[in-house]
Amino acid sequence: MKELIQLNQVEKQFGRQQVIHPMVLSVFEGEFLTLLGPSGCGKTTLLRMIAGFEQPSKGDIFLLGENITHLPPYKRDMNMVFQHYALFPHMTVEENILFGLKMKGVNQSEQKRRLEEVLELTQLSEWRKRRPAQLSGGQQQRVAIARAVVNQPKVLLLDEPLGALDYQLRKSLQIELKNLQKQLGITFVYVTHDQEEAMTMSDRIVILNKGKIEQIGTPQEIYYRPRNIFVANFIGENNILEKNGKHYSIRPEKIKVYKAGEPINEKAKTGRITDVIFSGNHVKLYISLEREAQRLLVYDYTFDATLWKQGEIVNVAWNESDEVELR
Amino acid sequence: MNQRGKWLAAPAFIWLLCFFLAPLFFIVFYSFFERGVYGEIVYRFTLSNYIRMADSIYVKILLDTLAISVITTVVTLLIAYPLAYYISGLPKRKQRIWLLLIMVPFWINFLIRSFAWIIILRSKGIVNSLLLEWGWIEKPLALLYNDGAVLLGMVYALLPFMVLPLYVSLEKLDRRKLEAAYDLGATPWKAFLYVTLPLMKHGIMNGSMLVFVSSLGMFVVPDILGGAKSVLLGNLIQNQFLSARDWPFGSSVSIILMVFSFILIVLYQKAVAAGQHWEGERQ
Repeated sequence: MKELIQLNQVEKQFGRQQVIHPMVLSVFEGEFLTLLGPSGCGKTTLLRMIAGFEQPSKGDIFLLGENITHLPPYKRDMNMVFQHYALFPHMTVEENILFGLKMKGVNQSEQKRRLEEVLELTQLSEWRKRRPAQLSGGQQQRVAIARAVVNQPKVLLLDEPLGALDYQLRKSLQIELKNLQKQLGITFVYVTHDQEEAMTMSDRIVILNKGKIEQIGTPQEIYYRPRNIFVANFIGENNILEKNGKHYSIRPEKIKVYKAGEPINEKAKTGRITDVIFSGNHVKLYISLEREAQRLLVYDYTFDATLWKQGEIVNVAWNESDEVELR
Repeated sequence: MNQRGKWLAAPAFIWLLCFFLAPLFFIVFYSFFERGVYGEIVYRFTLSNYIRMADSIYVKILLDTLAISVITTVVTLLIAYPLAYYISGLPKRKQRIWLLLIMVPFWINFLIRSFAWIIILRSKGIVNSLLLEWGWIEKPLALLYNDGAVLLGMVYALLPFMVLPLYVSLEKLDRRKLEAAYDLGATPWKAFLYVTLPLMKHGIMNGSMLVFVSSLGMFVVPDILGGAKSVLLGNLIQNQFLSARDWPFGSSVSIILMVFSFILIVLYQKAVAAGQHWEGERQ
């Protein structure tokens, strides 16, 4: 795979605060890369440096081998979808979309052709003469995306583009965006704090924390092979065990619960259920182990929420191969 | 409006009726009568006061007034914009200090401030003394009692009326929209032209309106800094009422000035209404 963007020892300070620690990161052509992390982890700063709105304090940024570290945003062959869309309120949907093409001096017939194409793609044709204030949040979102992709950038940068929308709409737009990305073949660099969103859409996820990369990997790798305690805890729910001074994680769905008296193997541990929480398709059981000062979270997928009682003594067991050693 | 609102508005209404509408009515009334030999009003209907305005002397005064008002508006805009831009980019605390500094001159009587300009500009004034001292000029420049001095005084007097509305609209301006423009390939100049300016239309028009209408009626500045040479509409009116004692003519000139201002305000409101439909933008 071809390297499209390369960050070489990029770091950023705001005053005395180190927002991004020296960082190396490659974005490959055609991939959907997500920068995921809690608020204040530096993900937006990183995106803004790639876009050119912030200058790295040190280090270089390359786009297809060309050093673009000091290029202003309007000279970079990439476009951004902003968190609150930042549509131009005094322009219609059409005018918003055409803005980039006009700025770059694309000829009239080409402008028209691309406009129609992108209106079609984002299903905005019937709203073309409206102004942003006359559109719903989801439609404004589409305009923001149309306004960016019409320029056929090498990279599309997205800064929590679905953050302002309600849950249902976000779900459907996630899938739409992912399909759009496949269809256009444009590289997406996507910033979010929503891990579910990251899991749904990404080819690769970069987990950021306090300005450092904790792990880079596919959603599966991140979920099943977290590299350290931060990632193990940050993504989904997890149990962290300590054995011989080392930390391990085991996912709640990998642990089996047995009623007292059910046949068990010798590795099973006994514990008491402290809490039972109904969660739709599964039941969450919090279990305190008897011999160790350890509380486990277990998902049980039996469809009877009344099966388990608070205070009940149970046995738990799991395969050692499902344990993940953490650094 | 509910009943209670009406009562609350009553004092203001009575005030306006007695001290604004009644005098205005008299002005309109007088403008259609003749002046007597001793400056008294002769109650005989005539249009001569209005016809007299067509005299080339008065037409010239009207055109001069319009010209200097337009120039004043443009110059204040050009000075006020960068200033307002600078202030709006400062931290909140510093913004307050700057805004206070801009308002401070209002605490001193305008007449006194205008006289202060005489001290600065006169032939033995501060500017000329310094320039002579440094040897940049041989003899004092004529800085006072000309159109330049009038323009300077007007811009000085009206600058705050431009800075404040511009500041307010810059404050409201969402800078992310500018970033979006840069991102889409707009150079800073193009982003200013196609995004900042249209979004600031309101502030610019508000400020321009305030400055333009105020300069149309200005008479203190041309009186003090313009000397006898510079007569604008405001001076003409003042002279008719105070020196020439020709109240009917003074009234008709006032009416003409008012009609001019009124037409401009209507045009302004039309223009604003045309740009209104994107106002309620959702965030």
